[in-house]
Amino acid sequence: MQFTRTEMLPPQPPPVSQSGAVKWVRENLFSGPLNTILTLLSILVVYYLLNLSLPWLLHGVWNASSLTECRTIIAANFGPDAGGGCWAMIHARWYQWIFGFYPPEVYWRPILNFGLLFVAMAPILFSDNLRGSVKLVGTVAVLTIIALTLAQGPWWVFALCSALMLASVAVALLAPRYLLVATVLYPFATVWLLWGGSIWGPVTAMLGFVVLVLVYRPLSPRLGVVMATSLAVVAAAIWWGVLDSYVAAALEQVVSLSIQPVESDKFGGFLLAFLIGVSSISISLPIGILLALGRQSDMFLIKTLSVAFIEFVRGVPLITMLFTASLLLQYFLPPQVQFDLILRVIILVTLFSAAYNAEVIRGGLAALPKGQYEAADALGMDYWQAQRLIIMPQALKVSIPGIVSTFIGLFKDTTLVSFVGLQDPLRGITTIVRADINWKGIYWEPYIFVGVIFFAACYGMSRYSLYLERKLHTDHR
Amino acid sequence: MADPAMKISDEVAVQITAMNKWYGTFHVLRDINMTVQKGERIVVCGPSGSGKSTLIRCINRLEEHQQGQIIVDGTELTNDIKNIDKVRSEVGMVFQHFNLFPHLTILENLTLAPIWVRKIPKKEADETAMYFLSKVKIPEQAHKYPGQLSGGQQQRVAIARSLCMRPRIMLFDEPTSALDPEMIKEVLDTMIDLAKEGMTMLCVTHEMGFAQAVANRVIFMDQGQIVEQNEPREFFNNPKSERTKLFLSQILGH
Repeated sequence: MQFTRTEMLPPQPPPVSQSGAVKWVRENLFSGPLNTILTLLSILVVYYLLNLSLPWLLHGVWNASSLTECRTIIAANFGPDAGGGCWAMIHARWYQWIFGFYPPEVYWRPILNFGLLFVAMAPILFSDNLRGSVKLVGTVAVLTIIALTLAQGPWWVFALCSALMLASVAVALLAPRYLLVATVLYPFATVWLLWGGSIWGPVTAMLGFVVLVLVYRPLSPRLGVVMATSLAVVAAAIWWGVLDSYVAAALEQVVSLSIQPVESDKFGGFLLAFLIGVSSISISLPIGILLALGRQSDMFLIKTLSVAFIEFVRGVPLITMLFTASLLLQYFLPPQVQFDLILRVIILVTLFSAAYNAEVIRGGLAALPKGQYEAADALGMDYWQAQRLIIMPQALKVSIPGIVSTFIGLFKDTTLVSFVGLQDPLRGITTIVRADINWKGIYWEPYIFVGVIFFAACYGMSRYSLYLERKLHTDHR
Repeated sequence: MADPAMKISDEVAVQITAMNKWYGTFHVLRDINMTVQKGERIVVCGPSGSGKSTLIRCINRLEEHQQGQIIVDGTELTNDIKNIDKVRSEVGMVFQHFNLFPHLTILENLTLAPIWVRKIPKKEADETAMYFLSKVKIPEQAHKYPGQLSGGQQQRVAIARSLCMRPRIMLFDEPTSALDPEMIKEVLDTMIDLAKEGMTMLCVTHEMGFAQAVANRVIFMDQGQIVEQNEPREFFNNPKSERTKLFLSQILGH
């Protein structure tokens, strides 16, 4: 009965079992009769699908001027009954899927703008990963310069744009913190580059934010955060509503800095999808956070308004809201106010996804133990400090999969803008191309093309969210 | 107890007068009157649900009282948020479940409030943090995350986090109740060191050994009321009320 251990056992490596491909196959594919049947069935299905689609994909024709010519070429090469993809249509009309009816002589503007998008996002996406940021900016700079060489435009525009991209790489490499300047300036640069016109419009719009800060700074210690914010917003609204346009016009008189204006109805294809998608994604997240906090607030009015907004927006189909944007909104505004259609659509899509984000983030907030709030309170932090430093970093981390799902959904929903007459890549541009007498009757190819690009963008977002989750995994639970 | 640093001054640290608190209709704290002098080490004990945690959580207003007066270091706790934040930055609190911030390293846990609330420069805050980490004897863990530490280590980090705010009063809400027996001692040792340096401490605990070692007063609560208070020797050896005798026999009985 009596036993005393005199020596503690040292840890030993686990027994070496058989490994390798055979073991893997046996364990994962043929581990029992049911699994064996399922494996064989799956192989059959894959074979059937490949058998159906592979010849069609392999017989694809890239150079032809019409669908009839495509068919003739395929029939000549692979026999009269052979099917094949007519990719020549994409070869002939790809620019329309990318740019819509944007004037070809200024394609460099959306190209540069798209390149700068990644420069602006780099410091946010890779906030403490210098190598990731440099890699992203470097790759994008090279691709943008290549794309610019293919676009039309005077040589000095090309030189200027390339210099800008190379300068971004230098900044990312040497002074990564200053990339945030690009992030702040980017929205205004986008408006100017895409719509053109005088540079003073976006500049004075930006000055509105300066007004906001100038009013807020001296007032906040005396009147408190809420009062100072309200007054600052009022001051900025006065600037935007009344003074902005006069100042911009006056400055244009003094120093004229204009580029060719492009109307909103010329926008289309992926240019439009990315414009709406990226703007809505970046604005809807902060609004969603505020709504989620509002819904949890102790203040009755704020709570009620947040709940009402969230429930209303989630209860109404997006298409209804898009119709509201395109038709009804105009009735409520004074007749001389011309509110750009794309801007209206961006606002409503943003509000739509903000409501969804708010609910996802509320889920994240609910997952936090009450002790985290108490610890922040006990250390003397005020509400906003606690939210910013303790609560949100954890709640957002929990909510990453949900938030990214909302973003992916939003990005794909941008195709719904075709319902209000905008030329989205899926229905808008595809319908236009298929109406062409040369490509009438083409069916699979345009949808496959659009689908592949959407998939690449959404898969990219999904991979990034996985990277972020791994990076933020610090709690070791 | 002979330690000269453990001197109790005449200055009042916390003054609670005729305080009452309800959860809904449940009368959780009833007519609490107590005065805590600077340098006092008070242990609050009592059966579960007696309101002892609620009492010390009222002192930094994690719980709101509905009647009476609480004055902490000369500041009365009312709905005025400025007063509440002032009291909270003077009063440190250690929780049963540590409540470290899992997304920040140990060092960041310690420097966050000094930097953002006290507005201390980061370098200085780092130095203070390392000083207190050495005091609780785990400076080598500074760059790990809370999830990588044992319970006892986490609780010592939580104590150091409170100390970094240079509090005048420390509240402990059952600091060892969630710990394995082997880890209780390392946390208690830290608290004893703190008491010896003259910190004003209010501690909800069932560690009667700790009460006998450092407390100058033990308060026994039941049903939201202070039933008995006395200096530890008298309290343990010669309890006056029947309720106290029953409680002591139950926790010291085996």
